[in-house]
Amino acid sequence: MSFLRLSSVKKTYPDGTVAVKGVDLDVKDGEFVVLLGPSGCGKTTTLRMVAGLETCSAGKIELAGVDVTSLRPSQRDVGFVFQFYALYPHLSVRENVAFPLRCAGVRVAEIHARVDQVCERVGISPLLTRYPAELSGGDRQRVALARAMVRRPRVYLMDEPLGTLDADQRLEMCEFIRAQQQELGVTTLYVTHDQEEAMSIADRIVVMVDGNIRQIGSPTGVYDDPADLFVAGFVGSPGMNLIDGAVERREGRPVFVPKRSPLALPLPMEGDSGPATLGIRPEYVHANAHGPLGGVVVLDEYLGSHRFVHVETREGRIVMRSNQPHPPGSTVSLGLDLTHCRLFDGLSGRSRAHV
Amino acid sequence: MRALRWVTIVLGVMFGLLPLLWLVLTAFKHHPDAITTTAKFVPIPGTAVGSAGVAFSPTLEAFGATGRAAADGEPNFLDYVLNSAIIGLCSTAASVGLGTSCAYGFSRFRIAGAKDWLFFVLSTRFFPPLAVVAPILIMYRSVHLPNTHLGLIILYSAFNLSLATWLMKGFIDEIPRAYEESAVVDGYSRMATFFRLILPQARTGMAVTAVFCIISSWNEFGFAMTLNNAHAVPVPVYFAGLQGNIEGVPWPRIAAGTLLFVSPIVAFTIMVRKHLLRGVTFGTIKQ
Repeated sequence: MSFLRLSSVKKTYPDGTVAVKGVDLDVKDGEFVVLLGPSGCGKTTTLRMVAGLETCSAGKIELAGVDVTSLRPSQRDVGFVFQFYALYPHLSVRENVAFPLRCAGVRVAEIHARVDQVCERVGISPLLTRYPAELSGGDRQRVALARAMVRRPRVYLMDEPLGTLDADQRLEMCEFIRAQQQELGVTTLYVTHDQEEAMSIADRIVVMVDGNIRQIGSPTGVYDDPADLFVAGFVGSPGMNLIDGAVERREGRPVFVPKRSPLALPLPMEGDSGPATLGIRPEYVHANAHGPLGGVVVLDEYLGSHRFVHVETREGRIVMRSNQPHPPGSTVSLGLDLTHCRLFDGLSGRSRAHV
Repeated sequence: MRALRWVTIVLGVMFGLLPLLWLVLTAFKHHPDAITTTAKFVPIPGTAVGSAGVAFSPTLEAFGATGRAAADGEPNFLDYVLNSAIIGLCSTAASVGLGTSCAYGFSRFRIAGAKDWLFFVLSTRFFPPLAVVAPILIMYRSVHLPNTHLGLIILYSAFNLSLATWLMKGFIDEIPRAYEESAVVDGYSRMATFFRLILPQARTGMAVTAVFCIISSWNEFGFAMTLNNAHAVPVPVYFAGLQGNIEGVPWPRIAAGTLLFVSPIVAFTIMVRKHLLRGVTFGTIKQ
């Protein structure tokens, strides 16, 4: 059953900027959904409209079966975590966490108990008397989470909560947020521009560009079967290798002919002839002396457990995941594991698998 | 280069502080020592009053004299200080309170022609205030406001409001909106967020603004002289009135009174000087 439903939600700012062009989204009860996209894609605006911090120019937002489109933020019962924490600098940690309860008219003894409980849960009990300025980034974000959790809202809305953290804290907090959310089973809408963060935390990922949703799917779905060329390039680090060319039929079988090479790569799937782009992840590219695609190594990106070798070929730059070093300047022939390739329409850029 | 810098600094400081130094010296003199033709600037206890040379005998006599009324039933110095305090504090409170509310509105709401309004607010300080003293006197007379505390309170509040609005807008602009948004999501009304989040965080700004307002109303002379010369007379007007004294101008008394009069403002300013510097340079650097 859908718990949070956005129907044709649009946002046009008074100056004429269209931030969100029409978003349809169903979030199930207890689901962790991540809005992923580059900056300026409308993901934060969408989140703020769900919270009621921005009004919708058009469309409808339903929360637990109730139309909340025209309700004030305070009437929606959501918990919001801000990118820069928004902890009140003049209040101690305890007062910060208690702040949402003070207005709800909760009895003092209960406020105390609930603050203790939630702070225990997020691991900030020793910090209750401190002030925000005295905390590390990770601890500040824990306090912000505790403050969003203490009122037990129906939905958590998180706007790039890990955006300002260091890399090591980021991973820790990412796991932590996911664990908290699963334990409490609270529906969560989470905004980030970091696709790795999205992959590791989400039940479902919503990829947004230019105010539109491009794809909604599980992390593996979005990674393995990107809906279009943008998603293919954006998700994954590095993104999918893309080779322009055309699908043709040779001896009754479909083959992919790259634009600039006299090659015929046999395709594992059926496909209509015509211009197309072939997408293949770096892990399905390997060095092979008999490989069809030759090129010069331009960058050997060493990442410890593996490396990404960037090879300049006639078909453009291809990235290969490898365990062997390939010094820049050396030549290499690339083999492509075409059983894992994806085809995109040459005109629309949409995945042929999604048509 | 270094020497030149120090010479410049010392000369600058001397130039700025000499009048103050003279004020302090005069406050501790007997009347004859204050009006001699030779400048007396070396305090040596036991020197004969009215003697030749640069030495004088320091005394607290002038400070004692400031407290005495000119005649029985007349107000004494402390009564004038009280007038100044009532007028200064009330007008400062009004300017800061109204200015903060105004600045909050300009900072957080979409107001048609906000820039023009702000310019208009600032433009009230473009002309010399005394240019309007005559019309104000006439208007005040028709509503019996001259020679009342309220009259000067209204006037000073109005004049300081533009400064207060502009200063406070700078401070409130710097408070992230996320604080209010967070509180609003948690169920607070806009009014509650203003009092519980904005005001506590704008305290520094309000203190800075208050210093500027109180300095300007505490020292104001022109309007006070014209409007409040019989009742509710503030200290600067009282000092000016001492000049027509039969025994000559009582310089030590004026100096002592001035010293007492400026000390609370100086103390207040020193207390908040860290914030003052932040206040005047606020918003000039984009973070």
